[in-house]
Amino acid sequence: MEFDLEFALEAVGPLLMAFLQVTLVVTVAGSVIAALLGLIWAVGQRELPTPIRMVLTWVLDVIRMTPLPLQLLFAVAIFISFDGYRRFPETDVETIGMILGVAVFSVHYSTYMAESYRAGIESIGRGQWEAATALSLPRIRVWRAVIIPQALRATLPSLGNWAIAMFKDTPFLLVILVPEMVAKAKQLGGASYQYTEVFTVAGLIFLAASYPTAVLMRKLEKKLVY
Amino acid sequence: MSDLFQAVTDYSPYLWEGVQVTLALSGGGAVVALVVAVTLGLCAISPFVVLRVGSRVVVEFFRGTSLVVQLFFLFYVFPLFGIDLPGMWCGIIGLGLNYGAYGSEVVRGSLNAVAKVQWESTTALSMSWSMAVRRVIWPQAWGLMLPGLNNLMVMLVKGTAVALLIGLHDLTYWVEVMRKDPEVGLWIAYGVGFLLYYLVALGCSSGLRLLERRAQRRLGLAPSKTRTTRATAEAVA
Repeated sequence: MEFDLEFALEAVGPLLMAFLQVTLVVTVAGSVIAALLGLIWAVGQRELPTPIRMVLTWVLDVIRMTPLPLQLLFAVAIFISFDGYRRFPETDVETIGMILGVAVFSVHYSTYMAESYRAGIESIGRGQWEAATALSLPRIRVWRAVIIPQALRATLPSLGNWAIAMFKDTPFLLVILVPEMVAKAKQLGGASYQYTEVFTVAGLIFLAASYPTAVLMRKLEKKLVY
Repeated sequence: MSDLFQAVTDYSPYLWEGVQVTLALSGGGAVVALVVAVTLGLCAISPFVVLRVGSRVVVEFFRGTSLVVQLFFLFYVFPLFGIDLPGMWCGIIGLGLNYGAYGSEVVRGSLNAVAKVQWESTTALSMSWSMAVRRVIWPQAWGLMLPGLNNLMVMLVKGTAVALLIGLHDLTYWVEVMRKDPEVGLWIAYGVGFLLYYLVALGCSSGLRLLERRAQRRLGLAPSKTRTTRATAEAVA
């Protein structure tokens, strides 16, 4: 079995295309929504009345501790049970898969990000809360102008790291038949059983995208957190 | 309610089979991951440059390329070179290597977090490197690394759902089968599925938490959750 370099180079184009059109789109949209949702959960866990808070914490725990592929299949099954494909006839199946993918990825990772925010919020000194109370700032303003800006500093690198983790989980979209990069690689390789080349290229693209970002996050972490 | 009861009794043998596959992948994966994590973590702090650089490269490689890609390498590419592993072993080795690489970062971080004076005192006692690690450094680092390893264990249990992609009949597979049965339906099938995964993950996590409590009590440490969250995010990125 030889490594067919020509075939590998031919695969780079379509794989990069799938990478840009699906993997990257899902990752970016998913991380932004997850970061917003995570913040809402974290603030909610401090502000909501105890019974609701306990329910929220439990729900977040369940989402965090159950597998992404199962959640993706669940989302698709709900969509089908509401007859979604017939309600949106003009949208193609792949786009619907991507939208559901973004929804599931963002909810799943928001539960991790909520933990990061929580840690960031806890790291803020009691004096800040007391000062805000002394100035009798409205509660919303306390969060927006005092707590969140400071908490974000300690949280940002951690959010970035979860975004990278999400990026590497995007091949799970395979289970709901979204044509992301690894699915594309499998399809290209399957035609002639030349799996070595396509999966090597796919792996290298992942490495080339995630390693520099991870190094950047480590630098950011040193600068912001310590 | 009776629907739920009926569905669970009808499908309990299949669900049990699925849970067994998931547990086997989790347990096997965890053992491989622990061996990989400890080996690479110790290499990362060893006095030899070759081992340090080597472990760095291996760790970055397995962290940087996705779990699914690695699994497909084991499942689709290795047979082309004459190494034909059964699906179960692909899953265990793939999960073990991937989460082992993440774990090695936790191990390395914990070993480095042991106070410098501890190393200095082992030098003063003229202990060899291996004796210093075994008798002084490791016992202290163990308590520090358990919270991080615990988080990774939960991620590994969730990671076992990739088994679906290499044709194993794990819990996810049987939940899908149940869902397609019109007599069971979507909500019951997935409700049961999520609950079972939650219980498996919770079981593993609670077991490790007991170990962690014991280790930290012996070291006289207070449990700290804040640092763990950040460390885990760092390790998996």
